[in-house]
Amino acid sequence: MAERTFEQSMEELEKVVRQLEKGELSLDSSVAAFESGIKLAKECEKKLTEAKGKVEQLVKDESGKTRAQTFEPKD
Amino acid sequence: MEQSSLNFDAPFEEGIPARKEREAIPKTHKVKARAEVEVEAEAVVVDVDVPAEPHIFTVSELTFSVRDLLENRFPDVWVTGEVSNFRNPEHKHYYFSLKDDQSQMRAVVFNGKQRIPFNLEDGLELICHGKISVYSARGEYQIIIDHMEPKGKGALQLAFEQLKKKLEAEGLFAKERKRALPFLPRKIGVVTSPTGAAIRDIINVLTRRFPTIEILLNPVRVQGDGAAAEIAEAIAEMNLRGDIDLLIVGRGGGSLEDLWAFNEEAVARAIFASEIPVISAVGHEIDFTIADFVADVRAPTPSAAAEIAVPRKEDLENEITDFRRQLFIAIKNDLQTKWSDVQKLKGRIIDPSRRFPDLILRLDGFAERLRLAVTGRFQAWEQLLLKLGSNLKHLSPMHIMEKGYAVVTAKGVEGPIKSAKSLKEGAGVDIRFYQGFAAAKVTKIIDG
Repeated sequence: MAERTFEQSMEELEKVVRQLEKGELSLDSSVAAFESGIKLAKECEKKLTEAKGKVEQLVKDESGKTRAQTFEPKD
Repeated sequence: MEQSSLNFDAPFEEGIPARKEREAIPKTHKVKARAEVEVEAEAVVVDVDVPAEPHIFTVSELTFSVRDLLENRFPDVWVTGEVSNFRNPEHKHYYFSLKDDQSQMRAVVFNGKQRIPFNLEDGLELICHGKISVYSARGEYQIIIDHMEPKGKGALQLAFEQLKKKLEAEGLFAKERKRALPFLPRKIGVVTSPTGAAIRDIINVLTRRFPTIEILLNPVRVQGDGAAAEIAEAIAEMNLRGDIDLLIVGRGGGSLEDLWAFNEEAVARAIFASEIPVISAVGHEIDFTIADFVADVRAPTPSAAAEIAVPRKEDLENEITDFRRQLFIAIKNDLQTKWSDVQKLKGRIIDPSRRFPDLILRLDGFAERLRLAVTGRFQAWEQLLLKLGSNLKHLSPMHIMEKGYAVVTAKGVEGPIKSAKSLKEGAGVDIRFYQGFAAAKVTKIIDG
């Protein structure tokens, strides 16, 4: 299965929360739902911190090849 | 040459350079033409005082003289008229007629396809500037146009309207083909000038909202000749990389001419062809460009594009924290309810060990599992809950019950009773108060 997007994980998490709030699950299902909810919350937090925050621009070198290098806007 | 000029008004014949074509006219033609004219001349010589040596032109000579005359007389004219007989818009040079209700004239625009921003079409009213000349092969006079404007509106305005109409008809603006933007793009590509205010604004807003966002600028010229082609190429290049989730294409404010690249077909086609969703961000709020119509989302300014591109990281973190709290509250309530259900059942069984030995064993087993589930995990959760702190208590059903509300349950009905309809008259119900329980009987159902 393809990796869930952040948005999908958040939707899944919300679904678990709503299901648990209804209070209609058996004991085992309740506990399982709770645990999967906690796992999803962690997964979402991880996805938020994945990117490294680089700001780059494309430049062409002498051979015409393109590469990315750090970009700092001039004020 | 010298002779022919005698026949024309003086001011226009001076300084006309001799033309090679004229010298190349075969002598025989000259002789023949002269002979014919002389035959006619003989008839009139009798009555009229004819000059002794009338100059006799060849057709070419005369045509070139007329051309020279016209070119010198009308080197710089303005004329207004309607386009007609415009046949071949794909040709490099434009040939057509200008006409009004009484006359028409031939017109030509060299390199018209490249020089005229809008499309010519029959019926279009133009104001043209140029010079008058003669197309000698046909002996037709014509205007060689170097500048033209549609009557009543600017050339760029008309070009904009024409391209908009054309692309709209092709479906480039169709709502159905606009793609949803990714909720959380990992890397955002920006196609704009590396020196403008636009890139600075975009980076500022993006990193303020989402400090760890990755940004890749593909620097381009955003105005002047060739800008449109550069922008189009940069969009295509970004699509080849495979690491960009969202594109912002645009520039800061400027005049209509400054923004013109974003009204060119090449940019529109590149945005349309982009597999990466595109936010356009050209100029200010009031500026609408063709690029805006093709883009998946139009942002009124570059800063606004950045706002649209990413959610605020802080909001997302808060949302996750809220969900986590709700999870703890829900599991706590659920386990509490189950626990008290078991206690309640146990209390109501009379002499259970004798009458229902199996049931009590099963109940004990259930209670034991609950106890394990509760004691094992509960304490840890409780602590986490405390840590999360805040006013969670207000959300708890127990808190509501503390205010005097009660929960009614009945045998055979799942969960708390939400509607009187799910009960029958005479049925027994259980009422759970903030403190303790009561058994009650339904005496009357009043349908809400």
